Amino acid sequence: MTDTATRPAEPAIRPIRFVLNGAEREVAGVSPTTTLLDYLRGPERLTGTKEGCAEGDCGACTVLLCEHDGAGGLTRRSVNACIQFLPAMNGRAIETIEHIGRNGPTPLQTAMVENHASQCGFCTPGFVMQLHAGWLTGALTDRQSVKDAIAGNLCRCTGYGPIIEAGLEIADEPVPDTGAEDAALSARLAQLEGEGVFSYASDGHRWFSPTSVDELADTYAAHPDAVLVAGATDIGLWVTKQYRELPLLIDISHVRDLKVIEEAAGRVYFGAAITHREAREVLAGIHPDLGEMLRRFAGTQIRNAGTLGGNIANGSPIGDLPPCLIALGGRIFLRKGDDLRIVALEDFFIEYGKQDRAMGEFVAAIEVPRLADNQRFFAHKISKRFDSDISAVMAAFCLTFEASGEDVIVAEARLAFGGMAGVPKRAKAAEAKLVGRPFDADAAADAMAAMAEDFSPLTDMRASSEYRLKTAQNLLKRFQLELAGEASGRIAGMGPETLDMAPIGGAS
Amino acid sequence: MDETRIQDRSGAGEPGIAELNERPPGHEARIRGGVATPAAHDSGMKHVTGAARYGDDEPELPGTLQVFIAMSARAHAKIARLDLAAARAAPGVAAVLTAEDIPGENDYSPVFGDDPIFPPLQGECAVVQYVGQPLFAVAAETELQARAAAKLAVVDYEDLPAAISIDAALAHADEAGEDLLPAYEMRLGDAASALEAAPLRASGRVEVGGQDHFYLEGQIATAIPMEDGDVFVRSSTQHPSEVQHNVAKMLGVPDHAVTVELRRMGGGFGGKESQPALFAAVAALVAVKTGRPAKCRLDRDDDMEMTGKRHETRIDYDLGFAEDGTILAADFEHCVRCGYSRDLSAAIADRAMFHADNAYDLKAARIHSRRLKTHTVSNTAFRGFGGPQGMVGIERAMDEIAFLTGVDPLDVRKRNFYPAIGEEPAVTPYHMPVTDCVIAEIVEELEASSDYRARCEAVKAFNAGSTIFKKGLALTPVKFGISFTTTHLNQAGALVHVYKDGSVHLNHGGTEMGQGLFVKVAQVVAEEFQIDLGKVKITATTTAKVPNTSATAASSGSDLNGMAALNAARTIKDRLIAFASERYHVPKEQVVFEANRVRIGNDEKRFSDLVGEAYLARISLSSTGFYATPEIDYDREAASGRPFYYFAYGAACSEVVIDTLTGEYRLLRADILHDVGRSLNPAIDMGQIEGGFVQGMGWLTTEELWWDDKGRLKTHAPSTYKIPTSNDRPDDLRIAIWDKGENRAETVYRSKAVGEPPFMLAISVFSALTDAVCAAGNGRAFPRLDAPATPERVLMAVEDVRSQ
Repeated sequence: MTDTATRPAEPAIRPIRFVLNGAEREVAGVSPTTTLLDYLRGPERLTGTKEGCAEGDCGACTVLLCEHDGAGGLTRRSVNACIQFLPAMNGRAIETIEHIGRNGPTPLQTAMVENHASQCGFCTPGFVMQLHAGWLTGALTDRQSVKDAIAGNLCRCTGYGPIIEAGLEIADEPVPDTGAEDAALSARLAQLEGEGVFSYASDGHRWFSPTSVDELADTYAAHPDAVLVAGATDIGLWVTKQYRELPLLIDISHVRDLKVIEEAAGRVYFGAAITHREAREVLAGIHPDLGEMLRRFAGTQIRNAGTLGGNIANGSPIGDLPPCLIALGGRIFLRKGDDLRIVALEDFFIEYGKQDRAMGEFVAAIEVPRLADNQRFFAHKISKRFDSDISAVMAAFCLTFEASGEDVIVAEARLAFGGMAGVPKRAKAAEAKLVGRPFDADAAADAMAAMAEDFSPLTDMRASSEYRLKTAQNLLKRFQLELAGEASGRIAGMGPETLDMAPIGGAS
Repeated sequence: MDETRIQDRSGAGEPGIAELNERPPGHEARIRGGVATPAAHDSGMKHVTGAARYGDDEPELPGTLQVFIAMSARAHAKIARLDLAAARAAPGVAAVLTAEDIPGENDYSPVFGDDPIFPPLQGECAVVQYVGQPLFAVAAETELQARAAAKLAVVDYEDLPAAISIDAALAHADEAGEDLLPAYEMRLGDAASALEAAPLRASGRVEVGGQDHFYLEGQIATAIPMEDGDVFVRSSTQHPSEVQHNVAKMLGVPDHAVTVELRRMGGGFGGKESQPALFAAVAALVAVKTGRPAKCRLDRDDDMEMTGKRHETRIDYDLGFAEDGTILAADFEHCVRCGYSRDLSAAIADRAMFHADNAYDLKAARIHSRRLKTHTVSNTAFRGFGGPQGMVGIERAMDEIAFLTGVDPLDVRKRNFYPAIGEEPAVTPYHMPVTDCVIAEIVEELEASSDYRARCEAVKAFNAGSTIFKKGLALTPVKFGISFTTTHLNQAGALVHVYKDGSVHLNHGGTEMGQGLFVKVAQVVAEEFQIDLGKVKITATTTAKVPNTSATAASSGSDLNGMAALNAARTIKDRLIAFASERYHVPKEQVVFEANRVRIGNDEKRFSDLVGEAYLARISLSSTGFYATPEIDYDREAASGRPFYYFAYGAACSEVVIDTLTGEYRLLRADILHDVGRSLNPAIDMGQIEGGFVQGMGWLTTEELWWDDKGRLKTHAPSTYKIPTSNDRPDDLRIAIWDKGENRAETVYRSKAVGEPPFMLAISVFSALTDAVCAAGNGRAFPRLDAPATPERVLMAVEDVRSQ
């Protein structure tokens, strides 16, 4: 047991203070796992925000989340209100569909009507919010960017064309200068957030939002049985889908020192609360396949909320990031109280549902080495649908080469997979077939055959065992062909220009 | 910005909604928003601002209870015990209701009486027949309380044998000697002999998966108890009259005691035709039992587990043909997976047969259909209503004939089209002469505009130089029969009021699910009165204004309701003409309605002024209107007659590329030319074409329903069930409305129905994928690719053709 005398006193319980559509709110007496969506549609009667799936997969509930950055600035991002918990809004501002057109229709709303971009209209507020967010943040630059922006929004009526046109029409519209208002809002939010650990409770359920990593360490040490939540893109579903009781939650999304990216000696360090969107550019800089993987990782709203730490710590066998980081030789920093230890990511995953993380220990940072000149990397995600789908197979390969006489041979092989076992896992038998010889078609074929020893994947609604193994093998073949210059291009990015391109895919 | 073709959707020159409402009448040549103009959806601005209200957006009355429906955990089992004591005692619970609480009939089925609201708890019928079947309802102060209470119920099941797949269903049916519904057959000529005599044969099997509707707004109903034991129900439904009737039947009260109303649905697609009656009935039961308003709203997972889907269908085909690809005879065997009950499966399986020929003269045909029972949710209406499944069969056969003869697939198709207008008509397998066939003309135009021939060559050249990536190209036609094949359903009513200020209140039996029906019908009324569209108020569908309506389904909404509203408006207009003629002593033909005014002899009046005068002269300014589709007559017993008033036509050309290492693929380009007759609203029609195509593409590609061996649907939310996203739509999508389109039948303004037909344009994508897989095997073998053609199925088909 911890010595209570040396511990700081429990922070005082406070109401949740935030700004909704420009007006301050102070909320108490609701369960900490009340979703933002239920709050908006219930007590606030703001019914323009819709529930389509309650799992962050359709975008009908998209709202804008505004945060102060601790330095007087303000950031906006779109999130799925259906899986955000209300206490996480403390010190933040929310803007809904009712707010953005308060002074008459925005250019986007007009463009949507003129392009006939709504039919049943149920998904429409979510699209408007998502495109509005993209416009405000400068994310709408061309057709592909508009499509990517809304790939986490489902529309069953229109076929998307008119929505894309509307998004394109406003892409070049000047964004109004709201600098002064934003600065004022930032200051107001900092004030509303309050000092130290935000603590909320209702019906015996508790919530903590520490703002520094030391506060987090102390809070978690005091409450080691708490569930940690960051973007709530997984834990939100424990409530909205599984109806689980979560009596004790620690929210790490306000911990500013977990939201940094630093680089030293060819290694990039990501704070655990860095979102997928924030990490994308840096990871794409390590290798373009990682950027492409993150482009297809869930939808924009989820990437805006979900964190690297969460994608690792939840221990899922089908997370997209862990195989990539395992292939790269990533490590994680685990902290418990004042103790810090470093674990190779591949060792973190012990078996399905079990990770090398002690009670009260949390993922603080992720270390990702940049590729050396003699390394080659490949990552590809196989899913039923290209966008916003959970992978059937996530493959990531990193080969280290060295010269051996006249040959260039494989010195080290790291072939990591998601979706092939109960944990993200390396194909050790296959790797062994590659090491010490040139990476040619024969070596690839031997390694492909050996994969059947490494894995017996399961059959489920995403893919059969047979398909998983086959594509895992074939992706290694693709890597070999690509390195040999006998194949190029991935089908996920193919558009109309493919019609005119020279034949690709190598000689017969 | 890239330079990809951008469709002109702006309706350039047309006024916005606000402008339409504000413009003063003048002497303009045309009204604003009349027939054939691309008027915006009447709710467009409300959609984009979040102001449009759906079932769950209306303010709740004080005391409203939330209803949760507990579901069966077993696919087929006897209910040995259901102990609800703990659920009843749980916090916040107002009522726990089972079959024994139902005062009237325990059934919400549309036709056959075999859909219990809750399973009976005593006797032989105390069984559940699918995972997700409603067991009982809990009404509580909050939804969470209702869910929590339901978990406290103790249910003991005794498992019975369950059929989950078509194969299992066939085995069960053959053992029992009985299908869910009697098999049905259509015959044209002597197909067996013609097949025997044919020089060449193509036979094979294609399995076509089901599809979840995935309307973005889930099922919802709110019931409010009224005086006299009446109930007011707000239901998200395509079929208010059926909801009304089923609620009344369940309560044991006359239909007049139940009023059903809705302003709009957040999508329907057929999923809100027969399904909503269940949720309305449960809400109404709670309302009547507790005396409190009750809301029954399904979350996404419960909705997908509890409600029916498109019918999975297995099609065996056997075609006889000549060396040039001319079909001489066809035999189709359909095995239709209906789920546990009959629902609308008879009519759906029939429609699959009605479209087994698609646009082709089969000359001699036998189409046989078996309707099978599985212990899964009862499958139901879905855009196309079986037609798409039937069409996939013949289109697959066309591809195989092309493969076997070496004739280009498009040439095989063209060779077999029904004769064009003016030529000696051929008859369908149900003996209806096809007299309005324009498919040859449409395909000819699309072949040229899509540059089909050159692209065939380019695809071949690409494939010759590429081992990993292979392309495929296909141009397929659509001919879709318009009318409910159950003839009596082809009727509709409308109610039009003209107020004394000249504003118009429009109501009809159709429902708005996003398809733009309301604005189209309003355009018809505006055109008839020659007033701006903004003068016509569109109002919520209610059984209290227009009774005995048919479902808004079968693409018939604007054909039926447009005509009914036109008749209502014409009645009032005729009264105004008679009045003006008499008052101003001019012949009736000199009373002419022009844009926002009426010319009476040499005089002119504003429409509103004439209306005001007519009111003072005590002229009735309200009228109902009615319409029944003429000429249709189908003898189901004989499988012969004219089930359809006319056919809608269209064609699409799709080009795909597949990755032979992973089975992944992309639709690169699609060209569509579609016949909507003379469009009532080209903007709305374009939306139906594009939306239908993309939805059809989802059905045939990524949308996979997956049950485990216990009969549990594992794809019951968007995390696992994958409808197309913005990135699945090809950038190069060229859609055109056929400018020569004109309905030969006397429909409203000679328009054609557009709701369902474009869905089947997506078969071109499936054919193109088949073509690409064939190319992956260097054309050695014809691929057996089933739908949905997921990346997995494509890869396995590639492996298969390469191993042959």
